[in-house]
Amino acid sequence: MSEQQTGQSGAYQAHFRVWRGDPDDGGLTDFRVEVHEGEVVLDIVHRLQATQAPDLAVRWNCKAGKCGSCSAEINGRPRLLCMTRMSVFDRAETITVTPMRGFPVVRDLVTDVSFNYAKAREIPAFVPPEELAPGEYRMQQEDVSRSQEFRKCIECFLCQDTCHVVRDHEENKSAFAGPRFLMRIAELDMHPLDAASAAGLDRKRTAQDAHGLGYCNITKCCTEVCPEGIKITDNALIPLKERAADRKYDPLVWLGSKIRRRKE
Amino acid sequence: MATGIDPASQTGATGVHDASRAAIPARHLRTDRWWLAPAATAAGLLVFVVYSTWRAFANADYYHAPYVSPFYSPCLAANCHPMHGGPNWEIFGSWWGLSPALLVLIFPLGFRLTCYYYRKAYYRGFWASPPACAVAEPHRKYTGESRFPLILQNVHRYFFYFAVLVAGVLTFDTVLSFRDEHHAWGHMGLGSLVFLVNIVLIWAYTLSCHSCRHIVGGRLRHFSKHPVRYRLWGWVGKLNERHMLLAWCSLVSVGVADLYVYLLATGAFSDPRFF
Amino acid sequence: MAHVDRQTWDVVVVGAGGAGLRAAIEAREAGMRTAVICKSLFGKAHTVMAEGGIAASMGNVNEGDNWQVHFRDTMRGGKFLNHWRMAELHAREAPDRVWELETWGALFDRTKDGRISQRNFGGHEYPRLAHVGDRTGLELIRTLQQKIVALQQEDEREFGAYDARLKVFQESTVTRVLKTPAEPGTANGGRVCGAFCYERESGRFFVLEAPAVVLATGGIGKSFKVTSNSWEYTGDGHALALLAGAPLINMEFVQFHPTGMVWPPSVKGILVTESVRGDGGVLRNSDGKRFMFDYVPDVFKEKYAQSEEEGDRWYDDPDHNRRPPELLPRDEVARAINSEVKAGRGSPHGGVFLDVSTRMPAEVIKRRLPSMYHQFKELADVDITAEPMEVGPTCHYVMGGVEVEPDTAAARGVPGLFAAGEVAGGMHGSNRLGGNSLSDLLVFGRRAGLHAAAYAASVTDLPAPDEEQIAAAEAEALRPFRAGDEEPAAGAEPPENPYTLHQELQQAMNDLVGIIRKEGEMAEALKRLAGLRARARRAGVEGHRQYNPGWHLSLDLRNMLLVSECVARAALERTESRGGHTRDDHAAMDRNWRDINLVCELAAPHGGPPAADQIRLSRRTTPPIRPDLLELFEQEELAKYLTDEELSR
Repeated sequence: MSEQQTGQSGAYQAHFRVWRGDPDDGGLTDFRVEVHEGEVVLDIVHRLQATQAPDLAVRWNCKAGKCGSCSAEINGRPRLLCMTRMSVFDRAETITVTPMRGFPVVRDLVTDVSFNYAKAREIPAFVPPEELAPGEYRMQQEDVSRSQEFRKCIECFLCQDTCHVVRDHEENKSAFAGPRFLMRIAELDMHPLDAASAAGLDRKRTAQDAHGLGYCNITKCCTEVCPEGIKITDNALIPLKERAADRKYDPLVWLGSKIRRRKE
Repeated sequence: MATGIDPASQTGATGVHDASRAAIPARHLRTDRWWLAPAATAAGLLVFVVYSTWRAFANADYYHAPYVSPFYSPCLAANCHPMHGGPNWEIFGSWWGLSPALLVLIFPLGFRLTCYYYRKAYYRGFWASPPACAVAEPHRKYTGESRFPLILQNVHRYFFYFAVLVAGVLTFDTVLSFRDEHHAWGHMGLGSLVFLVNIVLIWAYTLSCHSCRHIVGGRLRHFSKHPVRYRLWGWVGKLNERHMLLAWCSLVSVGVADLYVYLLATGAFSDPRFF
Repeated sequence: MAHVDRQTWDVVVVGAGGAGLRAAIEAREAGMRTAVICKSLFGKAHTVMAEGGIAASMGNVNEGDNWQVHFRDTMRGGKFLNHWRMAELHAREAPDRVWELETWGALFDRTKDGRISQRNFGGHEYPRLAHVGDRTGLELIRTLQQKIVALQQEDEREFGAYDARLKVFQESTVTRVLKTPAEPGTANGGRVCGAFCYERESGRFFVLEAPAVVLATGGIGKSFKVTSNSWEYTGDGHALALLAGAPLINMEFVQFHPTGMVWPPSVKGILVTESVRGDGGVLRNSDGKRFMFDYVPDVFKEKYAQSEEEGDRWYDDPDHNRRPPELLPRDEVARAINSEVKAGRGSPHGGVFLDVSTRMPAEVIKRRLPSMYHQFKELADVDITAEPMEVGPTCHYVMGGVEVEPDTAAARGVPGLFAAGEVAGGMHGSNRLGGNSLSDLLVFGRRAGLHAAAYAASVTDLPAPDEEQIAAAEAEALRPFRAGDEEPAAGAEPPENPYTLHQELQQAMNDLVGIIRKEGEMAEALKRLAGLRARARRAGVEGHRQYNPGWHLSLDLRNMLLVSECVARAALERTESRGGHTRDDHAAMDRNWRDINLVCELAAPHGGPPAADQIRLSRRTTPPIRPDLLELFEQEELAKYLTDEELSR
């Protein structure tokens, strides 16, 4: 261990294991690589590119935790490469970096995240209220705050990656939208001016019937991995489940809607 | 481009070992002690289940004036120990021959069983679905709460309504605990304190419930039009952030309250009186 | 050569940031089949990094605001070098563009009466920036992204396919804009007829055939070492325009944002939003002095507070006090910080201190600046509610870009080519005000989309791109794989590592054409650029074409070298200091340069030796400012900027 600490401004040699390969085959490759003070894992991956593996594929963009491109798994945990500081690891530790294991791999650390884009298209969009022209929208801060929390989402898809419903069961991907997009439904359902119901769309009902809300067993891994600290389970998924329960399992509500329908 | 929605590969392996995913033989690569949390949760719940099952079926040692065990309150059958001024409501009459605790415990049990926190705890701890984040679960199929029987978890809010009633009765019991063994008012013992702590935690847990948060204000679309409910929602939300902590604390406190009554009733211990 | 896949579209938009997406929405709503092509995943564009807000004179917070005031602020910020017509359109249309976002689902922070809240920012007279905490760019990109999805859902209902009329080609790069052959005997040097692209994931080449191409590729920051820009900002659109025969203007004006992180080294340059100062943050040197009071230039003397007390009062009572000098335009603040550090009054890691911890309660900081709190906590282990930040200038934005028609966003000289957003030049003059970027994206993104669609609809006789052109583009793109085995005889120099070349380029630009410029240094920069160009021809990569970052960088190097030469050449030519261009050897602003744009064009459109100059520079006098717009200013103020000849008109 002492030989690894070269002393000079805190630089040292770290031991990395990086998954390299493509859909056909691949495995973990060992590297020794220099680490400087204040660096994050993405810096080390870039150093590997510049010095040892120029064709090492990695997706990244802003390097400040704002775009959500550099999602991967570090020591088995879904994280952003750019927001994982090297100082959280012991210097003697071997750091294992793999692509997200919930999605098909493309090459090295890059995965095919098109599942998420396909799901995004299945969520009905915001329905603007017909009677309001642009500039006439009036909303109170307390009414928009809930949806604003969900709009902090940077779409890193770590929640989609870690959610066992699809991570461990490929066959559930067709029926389940995943935490990110169930949260999108919650966001729209809580939007103070969304006119979906006026247009005949019941977001709560479709969340359960068409987007697989029932698959969620609220084990909270999505919340645990969210780099934005969004309380996905407590603030989006559970409220959405409760709203769906309002619709489908509350006998009083059910009775009320029956009576109303009879009158019409 | 692959859609990622194709059915599982021919090999039969699914999840992280699906042919499309990065080829990594290990089920997970976590290096921390991820098993600790589910193991501790399972152990803790197991201890409580064993203890409470024994106490619920025992049908004895649950009353020692002025204290009644929270497991046996309210008492809904005729075969109850008479409790002076206490919740002896013989709704079920005398045909009920089993322990009267079973009639009541069904409600707190149902409340906790369908609680969003406990669901997480036992899905992870007992069912390993998933054991921990990014650790592959051992099941071949998974449908979650989308079909029978787990779809019944959605009845949580009805159990919440009953849990409020039960908490009300336990509050009554706590008030009654400020008497002495001759039922005279204005006294307090260590037991009263145990009951007081317990009822505070029971209420905090009950009110921090996600269903409560929804009913109180979460279901509203425009908070600005309901300022009182908005404020209530905010308070419940603050409590709700500690729902897990409150779930455990109240579980322990209710067990301790019962154990305290048991010790008094069996004469193993006598209640220190403050005044 | 292998067969290259071709697809036909009406409008191709290059870039999926704010401008690109806004253009695509407009073109699609005008009925044109529209393709968007972007280097990253859909929704990851650099626009997400914008923090402060969208400048639009809605007057929600201060009713005194209107488009004329916004126009005035913009012209002052740009030191009157802005194309006045663009500044006018921008100021007039920005509110509509913001309101429209709400109808697509955007959720801005609100005022008490439920309208869109607006915040103060450097150079803006009134609170003007519509914002969502300090993540406004994310809100903008997500809203546009979701609007695109909404349009695709409409198409799915109508045609059964999401991609029928609007498709996003993500993780793909355009290397050439394709043109029809020049028509001899006319001024027509050829029209746009498509774009040559490759898919980053597979390395597969494809051609999008279209009569109209909208460039919306953003900026050039990756040519500098310390930058707030992401890897995408390699000047692709600037270079594509040059290579297609369109001129660039104002390339000497590069904005250095005054507040970038300076420590730790790996995050050096990452942006610290101007909202920190807009909401009350102050700059101090190592003596604890608020030094900005010493750096208020003459042209702004009347507009800024003279004492700390007055500056502090302004936050609560802006009508009776003047704003603190921390809120001067960015170029002024960046130069001031630079001077303080050079004078030895910097912070331990070579910046100055930016402090909010003593100005606001911790709760307020966390609510108003959540991502700054997060960013410093996570990346630098600094709690900004308890201690000051260390900040220094970072390359942030290029004011220069493709010369466009203000009303249509059409690039000069190349029919069918349009440009909007950072890649277009003229709007911001010599210096951009904070918040004017997001509104620029929306206003001119929409205009580019609208006019590209109208142009595309009018074209009837477009020949397909010829095979020869496509083969040449393919050969160019594949050169890095042959670097080792090409021309083995002469010299036989080994292939160059593209990462090394990139680092050397960034170092050269940072040191020699950076925030403070000198004639000798810029001449040296041009010499180094020539050397790098020659070596970049030999940039070689290992492996294959599938998701190969080394290869991608080799191709981007061409673009970075071209735009770097534009910056250096124009900066050497402009012998004055103005906005984002500061000359050590010509420290003052010179009124005679006010109406002169420096124009960069490709010197030899058909190749030539790589070390030779690639860029031809010329001067162009800008059209006079319309009289009714000039009347918005006091004569006294105009006298500081305009030449006597202009004033007498």
